[in-house]
Amino acid sequence: MKTSSIIILVAIAAAIGVLLMYSVDFSTYDTISSAKEKPGKYVHLIARLDKSKPIEYDAIKDPNYLTFYATDSLGGSTRVIYHNTKPPELEQSDRIVLKGKMEGNVFQCDNILLKCPSKYKDDKKQLEKTVTQY
Amino acid sequence: MKFEGEHLLPGQIGHFFVLLAFVASIVSSIAYFYASSIKPESLSATQESAKRSWILFARGAFFIQFISLLTVFFIIYYLCSNHYYEYLYAYKHASKELEPKYLLACIWEGQEGSFILWSLWHCVLGSILIFTSKKREAPILAVISVAQVFLLMMIVGIYFGSVRIGSSPFVLTRNEINGPIFSQPNYLSFITDGIGLNPLLRNYWMVIHPPVLFLGFASTIVPLGFAYSSLSTKNLGDWVKPALPWTLLSGCVLGVGIMMGGKWAYESLSFGGYWAWDPVENAALVPWMILICGLHCMAIYNATGNALRASYLFIILSYFFVLYSTFLTRTGILGDTSVHSFTEAGMAMNVLIGIYVVVISLPMLFLFIKKYKKIPSIQTEENISSREFWMFIGSLIFFLAALFVIAVTSLPVYNKVFGTNYADPQDREFTYNKVLVLVAFIIGLLTAISQFLKYKNTDKKYLFKKLIIPSGLSVVICILLSIFYPIEYTKKGPGFLWAVYLALFASIFSVFANGAYLKIVLKGKVKAGGAAIAHLGFALMITGMLISSGNKKVISDNRKTGLFIPFDKDPTGRQQEDPLENLTLLKGVPTQMGNYMVTYLDDSAASEKNRTFYNLHFQKVDSLSGKVTEDFLLTPDSYRMKDNNLSSNPGTRHYFTHDVFTYISTISARDPADDTAQYKIHEMGLNDTVFYSKGFIVLNSILKNPDNERFHFTPNDTALVADISVYGQDSSKAKAYPALTISNQQINYINDTLIRRNLYFSLLGLAKDNKFKIGIKESENLTDFITLKAYVFPYINLVWAGLLIMAGGFVISIGRRAKAANYVTLVSVILALSGLCYMFLIANS
Repeated sequence: MKTSSIIILVAIAAAIGVLLMYSVDFSTYDTISSAKEKPGKYVHLIARLDKSKPIEYDAIKDPNYLTFYATDSLGGSTRVIYHNTKPPELEQSDRIVLKGKMEGNVFQCDNILLKCPSKYKDDKKQLEKTVTQY
Repeated sequence: MKFEGEHLLPGQIGHFFVLLAFVASIVSSIAYFYASSIKPESLSATQESAKRSWILFARGAFFIQFISLLTVFFIIYYLCSNHYYEYLYAYKHASKELEPKYLLACIWEGQEGSFILWSLWHCVLGSILIFTSKKREAPILAVISVAQVFLLMMIVGIYFGSVRIGSSPFVLTRNEINGPIFSQPNYLSFITDGIGLNPLLRNYWMVIHPPVLFLGFASTIVPLGFAYSSLSTKNLGDWVKPALPWTLLSGCVLGVGIMMGGKWAYESLSFGGYWAWDPVENAALVPWMILICGLHCMAIYNATGNALRASYLFIILSYFFVLYSTFLTRTGILGDTSVHSFTEAGMAMNVLIGIYVVVISLPMLFLFIKKYKKIPSIQTEENISSREFWMFIGSLIFFLAALFVIAVTSLPVYNKVFGTNYADPQDREFTYNKVLVLVAFIIGLLTAISQFLKYKNTDKKYLFKKLIIPSGLSVVICILLSIFYPIEYTKKGPGFLWAVYLALFASIFSVFANGAYLKIVLKGKVKAGGAAIAHLGFALMITGMLISSGNKKVISDNRKTGLFIPFDKDPTGRQQEDPLENLTLLKGVPTQMGNYMVTYLDDSAASEKNRTFYNLHFQKVDSLSGKVTEDFLLTPDSYRMKDNNLSSNPGTRHYFTHDVFTYISTISARDPADDTAQYKIHEMGLNDTVFYSKGFIVLNSILKNPDNERFHFTPNDTALVADISVYGQDSSKAKAYPALTISNQQINYINDTLIRRNLYFSLLGLAKDNKFKIGIKESENLTDFITLKAYVFPYINLVWAGLLIMAGGFVISIGRRAKAANYVTLVSVILALSGLCYMFLIANS
């Protein structure tokens, strides 16, 4: 191989490497209280639905507006606004991953990942629950 | 305790055959290894016969294993199709309503069944290799047999002390699950039905896509076996030629399998597209990309003697990443990052899969490093105008792109290993897109130019002359596109838009250049043009992806319809840059959506329980002439599952140039049974008035056999129609026409509804004193609505057409490299293309 070829190779590889370094802006998993400390920063919250507070959603008024309260295991609590439809299984979820950022007292969420027991039919506990219902 | 009604025999037979297959795979790996250790160089007559007998012995074990696995497969099918719910596998995956094809899909829905599918493909490929690979049989089959040992270990389900190794598909429900019913001898009579195939997966792709994808995964072991067969001898380069057709096959099947997944996602899952950079998709894509790098290096070696070391490395790595992907997707480690639902397979299973990843690929890498110095490489300089140099650069960039994809996808693994808590970037798709759009640009240029380069050295004038027309043509097309059909993907800024245009130019250039190469250089000799055709198809596919994703339009943007009333302003006053993609359609109320007037007409039940089809009427009216230019019905559907879980399948209208794509995101929570409001019967004379909660109702007249725009009765009918006016408090006015007809001495009531007022009307008959019985029902929340998303995907057919052309090119190349007779190649191309064409373009439109 010519030296020039090797230089081209290295340059291309280096360019891509640098590109990668700058391109990936990873976010982090946070608790509600640590997310509140960095408002405006994009984070992932692992939380659960606060069932004692109301879920507001009216598809006829505005199908892209959902608001509810979320709590986490450390006792943090926040109001969540999600500009999308209400995931139908929200009330049944036992764990939710919320992606978004804190703005003021509200968590502006742009993606919700629900962990629902019913999705996991391989889960033994869930199967046991199903079987008990007979 | 004796349990009633159980069928234990098939399970016992099945488990016996699982164990037999497992033992046979161990025996065949040992025997094949022993046979391959008898080197052919110093073969005396006795050694020759010893080797021969070892191989025969190993073959026997291999075929016993094959037959055992087939038996296991059929027994699982038998258990599922007979609904033997005493077996956990049948209980979890089968249900009585499933059609036979979905019963087949049940087998590979579960972890155990998909391992069986994978190992069955190993058996099929191994059997072909036994008869075709001649002196390489022992080392290749040794590698395959070891892989089989590990795959089968995942399903043996035997105990070592208290640790269970693998999970058998034949375990019994009552042994695996605790429940009070299992203490009763007649517990089976309580289990009336199985859980069944996930409704999301009830699609013909679930029947086709997994076998193809697993054939793709399984076939990556064949080039690895060939590489190993040479690594253990002195002729370190002679594996490449016979391995080429197998590598092509693997690239073809795996590539098609991956895109089948994309087509499936597009057609029936609500991702809103065919590719989302989901970890599961990436995990399949990365081995394919590295395999393609290996394929190109092997082609270089075959032509020039260069790049042998890279061929070894890429082939070993592509298999390593197949196993790594298996690890990612099956151990539940991706849990928080993927929309695919994963299960914790249990610690023992994770360890097993981990061992499999390490045991197969690491020794191969060690062997490669040990022999690295001995692998011949040409020390002379590669000419910068040679084809092999740029092919190598292309492979390297493709490889780096693959590493980038897997590096970002592996984030959850870093978190596990280093205890960090990093999460996906804010815009995951853009993270990948912005890098890969540049890769597409470079690869597009390289696949265009290097076709015209010659191995060793190329005359620059020749190159320039040949490339001037394709490059000029693509510049013109790109300029025309940017004027008449500009890419409108502006939300990531002008820089990215430029990158998209660059990639678009490069891929169009590649389409033309490969086309020109076929026509000018190969003079239309299709037989020799497999590579050019495959590259043309690949470039066309990328072109389609750039256009369809770049100009994908959300037409359910509810800020543009006039229906949207901002009741609840965002308390933070935040402006949404992205269109709000969901639109609510009230039943019977036409709503503007993009260029279409859309009406949610009604819904209809499907044969499966809890599945509903929603009939949406789309109409496009030419604004000048007032003529209806498009008029069609879309029927997206949704399953309402247990726990209110909703799963939707899109309804798509296919046009040659674009698709109109809709899916349901919310349905009104109202269950018809929940509507407890009752009809209240009023006896009303003409011009009588009745009040309701939000205004009053007047009976204007009773029409006999009217023939108007709504009803078309003839004088021979017996029909009465009430003309009713409804006045709201807000002085709005609406009309309702409930009717009553008599035919064949039967009374039929045709009720009328005013959906937006939540009023139902019914004309129930005559009362005394010239009065009429009018039933009025006022419901709390009667409004029927659906919320949906709708997109227009332009030129999506380019993606599928490109894939088909690429597959055709692969098949032609396989035929040529395997030295198949012309008619065999022709028949395979026709079969492959017509099958794929049916599946991708015809079956669902």
